[in-house]
Amino acid sequence: MTNPNPESGSPDKEPATEAQAAQTAAGGAGRAATMAAPKRPEPEGRPSLGRLFLDNLWAANTVTVTVLALVLAMIVGAILIIVSDPEVLATYSYITAQPTDALNASWTVVSEAYANLFKGAVFDPETFSGWLNGDNGWQAVLGPISETLTYTAPLVFTGLSVALAFRGGLFNIGAQGQATIGVILAALAGFLLPLPPVLHLLVALLAGAVGGAIWGFIPGILKARTGAHEVINTIMLNYIAVYFLSWIIVQNGVQNPDRSDAISKPVESSAQLPRLLGDNLRVHAGILLAVLATWFVAWLLNRSTLGFELRAVGANPDAARTAGISVTRTYVLIMVIAGLLAGLGGSQMVLGSTANALTPLVVAQIGFDGILVALLGRVKPWGVLLAALLFGALQAGGNRMQSYSGISLELVTVLQALIVIFIAAPALVKAIFQLRAARAARLQTSLAKGW
Amino acid sequence: MEPGEIHALLGENGAGKSTLMNVLYGLYQPDEGEILVDGQPLKLKGPSDAIAAGIGMVHQHFMLVPVFTVAENIMLGAEQVKGGIAGFLDRRRARREVAEVSERYNLRVDPDAVIEDLPVGIQQRVEIVKALTRDVDLLILDEPTAVLTPQETEELLTVMRSLKAAGKSIVFITHKLGEVKAIADRITVIRRGKTVGTASPDASRDELAALMVGRNVRLTVDKKPAAPGKPILEVAGLVVDDDRQIRAVDGIDLTVRAGEVLGVAGVQGNGQTELIEAIMGLRPALAGTVTLDGQAVHGWSTKKVLRAGVGYVPEDRSVDGLVKEFSVAENLVLDIYDRPPFGSGLSLKPDAIAKSAKERIEQFDVRTSSADAPVSTLSGGNQQKVIVARELSRPLKLFIAAQPTRGVDVGSIEFIHSRVIRERDIGTAVMVVSSELDEVIGLADRIAVMYRGRIIGIVGPDTPREEIGLLMAGITPEQTGGAAPGPDAGPTGTTTGTTSDPGSAAAPEGPGSEDEA
Repeated sequence: MTNPNPESGSPDKEPATEAQAAQTAAGGAGRAATMAAPKRPEPEGRPSLGRLFLDNLWAANTVTVTVLALVLAMIVGAILIIVSDPEVLATYSYITAQPTDALNASWTVVSEAYANLFKGAVFDPETFSGWLNGDNGWQAVLGPISETLTYTAPLVFTGLSVALAFRGGLFNIGAQGQATIGVILAALAGFLLPLPPVLHLLVALLAGAVGGAIWGFIPGILKARTGAHEVINTIMLNYIAVYFLSWIIVQNGVQNPDRSDAISKPVESSAQLPRLLGDNLRVHAGILLAVLATWFVAWLLNRSTLGFELRAVGANPDAARTAGISVTRTYVLIMVIAGLLAGLGGSQMVLGSTANALTPLVVAQIGFDGILVALLGRVKPWGVLLAALLFGALQAGGNRMQSYSGISLELVTVLQALIVIFIAAPALVKAIFQLRAARAARLQTSLAKGW
Repeated sequence: MEPGEIHALLGENGAGKSTLMNVLYGLYQPDEGEILVDGQPLKLKGPSDAIAAGIGMVHQHFMLVPVFTVAENIMLGAEQVKGGIAGFLDRRRARREVAEVSERYNLRVDPDAVIEDLPVGIQQRVEIVKALTRDVDLLILDEPTAVLTPQETEELLTVMRSLKAAGKSIVFITHKLGEVKAIADRITVIRRGKTVGTASPDASRDELAALMVGRNVRLTVDKKPAAPGKPILEVAGLVVDDDRQIRAVDGIDLTVRAGEVLGVAGVQGNGQTELIEAIMGLRPALAGTVTLDGQAVHGWSTKKVLRAGVGYVPEDRSVDGLVKEFSVAENLVLDIYDRPPFGSGLSLKPDAIAKSAKERIEQFDVRTSSADAPVSTLSGGNQQKVIVARELSRPLKLFIAAQPTRGVDVGSIEFIHSRVIRERDIGTAVMVVSSELDEVIGLADRIAVMYRGRIIGIVGPDTPREEIGLLMAGITPEQTGGAAPGPDAGPTGTTTGTTSDPGSAAAPEGPGSEDEA
């Protein structure tokens, strides 16, 4: 398993250059997100149809720019890996004398890192052969996917939360706080209420949703009634939520009596989301809820009267008001639904398999990552789902990259940030790759109008 | 273009007038063809090249910084500095330049006034002064009269004549025939991006209009005498503040009957907007009552007012009337999306929306590539038709149209007017608010003239326009005896000075305020 040579399983994954290495890895990660699906069969297309396909591919459409942003981020990431490795860096001191040393060393460290990223997120060929030989069970083969989906589920919720608010013209920075309140209430319901299995889970999820909704309602009503800007209020509420969490953990009846550190009692097993693939794999029903939530938000936005109001208010509040839509009511509703989604995402941090008790860092960064996921997903529900998958994959792969290649997990954060930067600056990607302007390219629309 | 010539560029909305001029000013690059200045081909990379070549432009939407003073705005982009490296702005010199230019061309502006305090007419003058301080020989005015009152328009024409006398050439873009005939030396008509003809100002309005639209259009509104029924809208003692908490509507009483058109005339900013917004429930009424068909509706939400059978075409279509990102179909149901058949409960019925959109597009002759195209891709006139179609496609008791044809081409104006009259003829009470006097006179059965938040007089449509003009300026017939001798003080352009009150600035009636289109 620790074999540093990445080519063991699939020889076609042996890239020739560093850039291609990045591209392959990007393709791998992207395929995890099924975004790169149309990109695969590209190189040897037939002349007529293939030409047309290539032309379309090279036009600056959303998918192309997203994939290329991934590629660029991987390239920059590769440079960072090289620079941060003192041994590789040492080979560069005599690069004029023996350039192959430097190139080989760079190649090895980068390809190994990205191969581990891929193996941790999607599929490790060794486990497959191991399964065939009987060395390990089928669970090991699905392990990486299971990890990816486990990280994905809460990000879908916070991403949807941010995206929904964005479509309504509000910038919800408060998904973090809403998720935090959600996780607190879900955990409290999870270990304080003695309820039968299925009901207990539903109550705990509901508690989390209500907690998030309340935390969204506050900035919503402040915006509607007093015009207070939601960005400032949600940021402030994030602090309140985080410190409230730190406080409540150490209260009597909440803190785990057997522990002296800041950790709460564990959530009863009756309130935990069922695992989908047996106890050895962490993937749990949260990912199904996430797909359901994505479908719901897509329906809400495009097929419901509420969504119509929401989009109208988001695009032009004056016209919405003139047409008789209550802008204030819509703002409050948007924030309540956004909070509800984030609260559900937060609840999974204790009801799922990530943890089963409150700690000060139990929600990790899912709220803030949700903002990135929403932007990467172009604030469209299904786009958010794919973006969350990508981020989940990076997270899962990053864990393996850290333990196997010794590359810090922070690199994954840097990669995520770089991807979003390149996405947010489509002009940059287009300029670098000399893309033709697509006829219907509407890249800027989702991101250009912030507040 | 010859030196000292006023060349009018006439065309419908979306005909390509502004695009052509933006190319001339270097904002857009031409795909083909070239521009000759003094016989030399000119390659313009940006507005600074154009200015260097002696071309100046006054845009339809002013390019001024609202919080800067006149002098600061004028030096913007060509800041004079003193004190060497320290680079202090030489405000005094800018002020002196402003004074010099305003003196030379008789364009009075106060260099120290802050732009946002000035009425639009004066802001436009600032734009002209700004162009003139750059020593331009050719001045492009892009629809300069769209935002002006008849009086301000008259002053602008005077300014243009004095510029012409000073040897400057002017390209005057407009779609108002009256102004063109009043001032132009030569007229070029553009349609769909092509020159379709040149005409002399002696050509009749009908000829010009026909050139513009490519067919004969009626410039007067055909209508039968009204048959007014019972009162539908009754407003009594209404008091409304504007956004700055300044009294905008100050005790208005008016009645609109079924089957009649009440025209509300007045220089813009005399409370018409606030009056209508108060009726629609968009702005709180501080006192007074609004009654719709016997039911008190003041204090109702906008949605409730709309549901009670009121159709409303807002004054500013791009801000209040349409959601530009939405498709034509979505905009057509913007205020009825949650009523059957378009929505039931929480869910929308996209099929019903698409079907009705198809019908409306047909009925109201909306020119669009498809019902799913974003409404922002439509021309101004077609956007306005979308709003009119939306509002007129449900049974109405009262139809309120504010500036229904502002910035709309001749063909669409004709169409919209005929629809308004048709609505009247089926017994709807109609209220038309417009700052285009000709539109009000053409449509209305009774004309209410607003001045400083009050209705200063209600007159019949046969009243001479001079009399209505005087009313718009706040002069009631009783006072006219004394005020009449001074009508020619206005056109010299000197009376307005720096007064910030458009009402008093526009005192004289402006004899030939022809902005008919």
